[in-house]
Amino acid sequence: MIEIRHVNKSFQGQQAIHDLNLTLPAGELSVLIGSSGSGKSTTLKMLNRLIEPDSGSILLAGEDIRRQSPDSLRRRIGYAIQSVGLFPHWTVEQNIAAVPQLLKWPKSRIQDRVTELLTLLQLPPAQYRQRYPHQLSGGQQQRVGVARALAADPDVLLMDEPFGALDPITRHTLQQELIRIQALSGKTIVLVTHDIDEALLLGQHIVLMEHGRIAQQGKAQDLLLHPASDFVRHFVGQSDTGIRLLGLGKVGERVRQGQASGEPIRADRNLREALSLFVTRQVTCLPVVDEHGQASGVLHFNDLLGAAA
Amino acid sequence: MSRLATGLHARRWLLAGSALLAGWLLYLPHSEAWFARWFPELERPLYQQEGFGTLVLAHLGIVTVSSGIAVLLGVSAGLLAGSRFGRAFRPLLETILAISQALPPVAVLAVAAPLVGFGSTPALIALILYGLLPVTQGTLTGMDSVDRDTQAVAQGLGMTRLQILRHVTLPLAAPVMLAGVRTAVVINIGTAAIASTVGAKTLGLPIIVGLSGFNTAYVIQGAVLVALLAIVADQLFEWLEERVTPHLPARAGS
Repeated sequence: MIEIRHVNKSFQGQQAIHDLNLTLPAGELSVLIGSSGSGKSTTLKMLNRLIEPDSGSILLAGEDIRRQSPDSLRRRIGYAIQSVGLFPHWTVEQNIAAVPQLLKWPKSRIQDRVTELLTLLQLPPAQYRQRYPHQLSGGQQQRVGVARALAADPDVLLMDEPFGALDPITRHTLQQELIRIQALSGKTIVLVTHDIDEALLLGQHIVLMEHGRIAQQGKAQDLLLHPASDFVRHFVGQSDTGIRLLGLGKVGERVRQGQASGEPIRADRNLREALSLFVTRQVTCLPVVDEHGQASGVLHFNDLLGAAA
Repeated sequence: MSRLATGLHARRWLLAGSALLAGWLLYLPHSEAWFARWFPELERPLYQQEGFGTLVLAHLGIVTVSSGIAVLLGVSAGLLAGSRFGRAFRPLLETILAISQALPPVAVLAVAAPLVGFGSTPALIALILYGLLPVTQGTLTGMDSVDRDTQAVAQGLGMTRLQILRHVTLPLAAPVMLAGVRTAVVINIGTAAIASTVGAKTLGLPIIVGLSGFNTAYVIQGAVLVALLAIVADQLFEWLEERVTPHLPARAGS
């Protein structure tokens, strides 16, 4: 768990963070979102002491982060950024091994860890180990960036707009992958983004910031259904709220007994995709299959309305 | 062209230059008849006061020592001026270096010789001075060229300042720094010849003796060796630069 208590920060007389109090739950993926200048990145960088607060304190697992040197603190906290920041003169293996090297792990342990992480991120180790960053695509580089951040098995992973520079398809794949990794590892992840769809998709806990203060925090549904202010309503996208809500629900949650004809939709797709299918196919009922392709029932158009519950 | 091909390219020229230099050095002691045919009016067409091998070694000695000191001082000055604490001194340092570069080598030698005596010392002073600018400038430019995000992420991963310098900044700046050293060494190989005017033993000796005695053969014998040395050194650095940049995408057309 990360606790931020009464933190203030100014840059050249401009107050960037106003008396921030925030608790980020352990084992969850928290998203800090806001427009530029909202203080989201500053908040993230204070967590690994890249920026020091002017006043207040930050506790990691109950312990004040100032009780450790910044360097040893950072080695316990994974860090990945938008421009990836892979070391261009190091191979994929050396890049991933950066923090374990700093922690002086034995060679064989580092090698095993690199193999494990490359496999986890679906980069075949034999093929990618010895490549240099310039020999990888943007998406592959970002995977290596994430692997590097995870290398020393940190308790906390900080990600500063990690998928910002990627094309939409690659971004979507990596977002799904992050959800999978988070579910597998149960790590506490704090991710900064300015993309509301990314926040709604990834965030188990969403913190919307404005001018160095918290505008609203909570689950995706809270922000969409009960916006605390006009700013929040505007930010989460007034006219698209319904669509975004559908994006949070899964087809499987609304399946009924029955049969229908046509191309089936998978139960793990979200309702937003289902709506799209209803409209493009001009039908009111879709057959649903599970991940193994077994028929599991039907989805009725009217049942989409239940999504707002 | 692929990197492999440019690498082979650099190596081929290095080998060719070295072979030419070695061949010329081996042939020179037996070249009296050839120079005699070329310059029939000269009584002694082959420089024989000193062996050419000895002169090449002495020349390289002076260049190595002066470049070594210039690299040590230049890199230190560059690192210092590039650091947080030294940033304020950077404009001053660059001005001083630019002025030192503007002084002609002969003037530096003329001023230094009466102060420190004749021989290798004034030569070393002049050569160090000339090597400093490209080395320092290369260090500063090289460190500037390193991506800020890469350094920031190194810090975020928990590297100390020294570790960032050693593992990230210096290796990434190395190609540009090396280019500065390359310029310094090649310039110094040429400038070292002039140092013979103040009594330093270099390949400048046959050139200066030849010039003052109207012996063109001596001038050619010295000058060709200086030129070949400079070419070989240049190619050596080209090859070294390939070696320190395995991570860079192949450069087009070079």
